[in-house]
Amino acid sequence: MALGSPKNMLDLPENVVVSKLDALASWCRKNSLWPMPFATACCGIELMATGASRHDLARFGAEVFRFSPRQCDLMIVAGRVVMKMMPVLERIWQQMNEPKWCISMGACASTGGVFDTYSVVQGIDRFIPVDMYVPGCPPRPEQLIQSIIDLQDKIQREGTVSGKEFNLPARQERKRSLVELPVIQAPMHMHTR
Amino acid sequence: MAGTKPETIAALKSAYPHLATSEFRGATRVVVPRDDLVAVMSILRDERSFDYLVDVTCVDYLHYDGATDRFGLVYLLASTTTNERLTVRVFVNEPDLTVPSMTHRWEGANWMEREVFDMFGIVFAGHPDHRRILMPDDATCFPLRKDYPLQGRGERHNLPVLTRENS
Repeated sequence: MALGSPKNMLDLPENVVVSKLDALASWCRKNSLWPMPFATACCGIELMATGASRHDLARFGAEVFRFSPRQCDLMIVAGRVVMKMMPVLERIWQQMNEPKWCISMGACASTGGVFDTYSVVQGIDRFIPVDMYVPGCPPRPEQLIQSIIDLQDKIQREGTVSGKEFNLPARQERKRSLVELPVIQAPMHMHTR
Repeated sequence: MAGTKPETIAALKSAYPHLATSEFRGATRVVVPRDDLVAVMSILRDERSFDYLVDVTCVDYLHYDGATDRFGLVYLLASTTTNERLTVRVFVNEPDLTVPSMTHRWEGANWMEREVFDMFGIVFAGHPDHRRILMPDDATCFPLRKDYPLQGRGERHNLPVLTRENS
């Protein structure tokens, strides 16, 4: 109906799906996150529990923990990061391939937590970009799973093919124009066929 | 018996009559002048069989009520043959914070003295590997001194900041 007169309709075979390439790439990415566990403290224990059989992160397509940053696209910083460790964390973040995301898990990684001292970084977002913050000390696996689900929504909404332009002004402009486009619905006969 | 035998104290007193000793709940403490430290420690290790240096640490007595010295080094000694334990204290003051290293007598003093240097700035003369052990190599502070602020002086803020654009 939305496409107007029947002569403008596309006659597609039933096994063809039409989408935007960005949306398709984001859909693939969000369902195959490969976490890089940067676990330094007790949050790392909860992170392990999240990946283990009881909570089973594999249900959400993110079960493959890799310990090489070259093979990962989601860094989960679980635990406090000290000043001396921060250059290592930055190096690992730079070694990860685009597109990449970061979850700051727990109070210490997000804010420094109770460790308001000279040696502990007061929140890793002072030095690297963070997509999701998980509160808790430590957070339960359900919270981490929720953050990954939320991150999947974010990836679906904000992902791009090159993955490099997340916060650039040009990217924001493009997102706005995408939102303002009218939604095109498929013809009715495609649903009923 | 975990204390110190009277013969050990007597041996020290016979060599150095002016050593101050005290006892608290069965633990004996000897306060040694810095210049006598090497000789006293040699007596303890070679003649009194204190073959185990349990710990080397330090206390900063800045703003401490009644304290007359700034830094108090603590050497915890033990003997695995006689089952004795003894605490040796040495007090040092600025500007000369040099203490002879014990690494030539107890090999295990190496890292403990490095930690004391890292945290308090005490210099151990004769140490074979006199570097920081916990703080970054380019650190300029001694964080466990009482005049160092708990939250630091902003040393951690000079790391590069990575953003989406530059990483």
